[in-house]
Amino acid sequence: MNVQLQHINKHFGAVQANQDVSFTVRAGTIHGLLGENGAGKSTLVKVLSGYITRDSGTILLDGLSAEVKTPADAIHAGVGMLHQDPLDFPPMTVLDNFMIGRAGGAFLNSRAAAREFKMLSSRFKFSLDANETIGTLTMGERQQLEIIRLLSLGVRTLILDEPTTGISASQKAALFAALKVLAAQGRSVIFVSHKLEDVEELCDEVTVMRAGRVVGNMPIPCPTSKLVNLMFGRELATPVKPATCREDVTLGTEGLVIGNNRLSIAIGDLSVHGGEVIGLAGLEGSGQSIFLLTCAGVMHPIAGRLLFSSPHGQVDMTTKPYHRFQRAGIGYLPADRLREGLIGGLTIQEHVVLRTPSPGLFVDRKRTHAVADGAIKAYNIHGHTDTPVGQLSGGNQQRTQLALLPQALSLVLLEHPTRGLDIESTVWVWQQLISRCRTGSAIIFASSDLDEIVQYSDRVIVFSGGRASVPISIADLTASRLGEMIGGNLETISKVASEHPNGSVKL
Amino acid sequence: MAENAPPNSPALSPTWQHPRNTWLQVGALVISLAIVALLISFTGASPVSVVANLWDGAFGTTDQAARVIATLAPLLLCSSGLIYTFMAGLYNLGVEGQIIIGAIAATAILRGLQGVLPATLVVALSIVAGMLGGMLWSLLAGVLNVYGKISEIFSGLGLNFVAQGLIIYLIFGPWKRPGIASMSGTEPFHQSLWLVRFGNTDASPVALGIAVVLLIATIVVMRNTHFGLRLKAVGQNPRAAFLMGIPATQLLLSAFALCGGFAGIAGALQVSGLFHRLVPAISSNLGFLGLLVAMLVNFSALWVLPVAFFFSALNVGSLQLPMVLKLESSLSGVIQGMLVLAALLSRGLSQWKPSR
Repeated sequence: MNVQLQHINKHFGAVQANQDVSFTVRAGTIHGLLGENGAGKSTLVKVLSGYITRDSGTILLDGLSAEVKTPADAIHAGVGMLHQDPLDFPPMTVLDNFMIGRAGGAFLNSRAAAREFKMLSSRFKFSLDANETIGTLTMGERQQLEIIRLLSLGVRTLILDEPTTGISASQKAALFAALKVLAAQGRSVIFVSHKLEDVEELCDEVTVMRAGRVVGNMPIPCPTSKLVNLMFGRELATPVKPATCREDVTLGTEGLVIGNNRLSIAIGDLSVHGGEVIGLAGLEGSGQSIFLLTCAGVMHPIAGRLLFSSPHGQVDMTTKPYHRFQRAGIGYLPADRLREGLIGGLTIQEHVVLRTPSPGLFVDRKRTHAVADGAIKAYNIHGHTDTPVGQLSGGNQQRTQLALLPQALSLVLLEHPTRGLDIESTVWVWQQLISRCRTGSAIIFASSDLDEIVQYSDRVIVFSGGRASVPISIADLTASRLGEMIGGNLETISKVASEHPNGSVKL
Repeated sequence: MAENAPPNSPALSPTWQHPRNTWLQVGALVISLAIVALLISFTGASPVSVVANLWDGAFGTTDQAARVIATLAPLLLCSSGLIYTFMAGLYNLGVEGQIIIGAIAATAILRGLQGVLPATLVVALSIVAGMLGGMLWSLLAGVLNVYGKISEIFSGLGLNFVAQGLIIYLIFGPWKRPGIASMSGTEPFHQSLWLVRFGNTDASPVALGIAVVLLIATIVVMRNTHFGLRLKAVGQNPRAAFLMGIPATQLLLSAFALCGGFAGIAGALQVSGLFHRLVPAISSNLGFLGLLVAMLVNFSALWVLPVAFFFSALNVGSLQLPMVLKLESSLSGVIQGMLVLAALLSRGLSQWKPSR
């Protein structure tokens, strides 16, 4: 199906996610939609698939104007979307999931559905068992199920949002083969990705987005450097962080492998120095938060050791429980302030009490009031001691989180430390963090804002496609190098080693 | 400020943000009472005479007033106990079973030690045993919840049935009256094992005293201690509480233990203070009534006393409705249920935001 999006606008609050975006996909082609984090790719395809209502603009399907207001409208019109995390029902069987969402009477026709399921899955050489429950499937198998489910609903344009994240190489090959079959049948495929190599391997044509706008459109193959330039075609901010790095090592890893049941990422050997800031870049969900949670002691590593230096020498923290990490001076600030960092219904003073309890059974109101009042003044929080933190603005909640961090920390871990803050608050937050660095604290932070990464990091680790790069000194980092790495061309340990065959690699 | 609003999180939407709350609550109260009045009118009676009768039934004679007090004591205990579990975000529906096990444990002590030890000591021990029994029964639900990830709602309800089965088995089996086993319970204890009473009424100053002391302790714990604040933190946001380093497991189990202990004491007092024997209906549904009280006061322990008193008076006052007005005595349950629904509804409405 030919798809034309014309002059699409969409804003969320003050953020213009799509600005006058026009985009054409021809029937029978695989069209890549490329861009870095927050470029507006997901917003655009969600508008097309009915998950988000656009502010203005037109959608033409095979030349006819289409009213797409809900996902059901989109499917009815022949547009189906495969989400990054497939929308399925884990306790149910594959066949039950396959039958969900189809029109029909009050009764399910399981036999006909099973026949169709078998036919479709064999056509694409997917090896799915109809009676398996979703919970036991891998990510790649869940994608396969979702694809044939959408096809059975008569979808003629298939949208895939970052489909190659978290699936194996053979599943990726099967996926690409299936998509090529679909295109050959005259359907159109929109392939949303930030990975250059995938786009170059699969697509017939590519559209690049940056900061909510379309910045280029070209046929594949084309030179990689051209794509990188389009994706990151701007000067990165200049580093502003003063040199606070010390000689001593705060955190060391040995052969560290982190992950969860879906992803495992080799970090290898790493030494984080006192006063150093390490930025974690990459598409969200590529493993940065797993790394932070592992360093914080909330998750345990899959393999390797986590060593932490204390006044008494190095301590192996690999299997220690979370509260030992806290006692060792490791502080963690989660991204979702109201869900993980703070308790919305409790006041600033109550948070102070929870964080730094006075001795004894009873709360010392006078003392904690003084402490809370001091924190409010020192951190310039717009609120009172008895203001519930849920009533504070995002910036003030972040100030409160920072104020609650214990004074003397040797390692501070932060996830999106300035997300949702205005520039003034952002600058202020980093002043506080850098003053911690001056006293010898090391900082590891994840951010999807490349400018923030470049401005405040000493070294950067890039996460992409289930792998992590070696740490790269900020002085050696250029926009295109960073862009290529986020796009999947990582400089991992083995690669660096092969480029420096004569010497040991110092990380 | 130019900053973004905090992300929407319905589960945490604080109720105190809206000044319209008070109005919603008053409105809901008025509407619920109006519905009750309407219901009464449908049955042909006048709402005014029902109110007069309820009042008369509750406070008309000393005996009746004493019965209100006798209901109030265990109700205060259960409601206070439930404040701990509610604060920790738990719906301890197993409170009924915890009363029953408390009563069984107390009965076992009274039966086993009567005549062996001084009567006062035996009664005191029976109360301690009741507390321990309730605690253990509650911790069972707690362990299932904390380590087995089984909702305390389901385990609690299940354990209620087990406790109910156990009490029937004991009354009709090992502890049956000589010769006959009946629903009227075990053989009454010797009078020396009865709790001190106000005159010749049902009310016991000891039971009321224990209940009031534990209620005051609960209020103090919730307002002034680290324990109370931590419970609140875990109840409102377990993930954030964990990341702050608050030991959630310990706190949840303590909340279960405290609530079960309070309910167990209530069960023991029902045995030695009111029935003077073990009867199948030893809990008199006071656990469920306590849940209503705790839901209505919405975490503020200060309100437990007035609300529990009102509910006790309703329960006792409604007993004479069938005789005088030919109305079902379950009308009190209708009123209580309507009030709680209205309170929950007003809380729900205050969190409701028109979609943009």
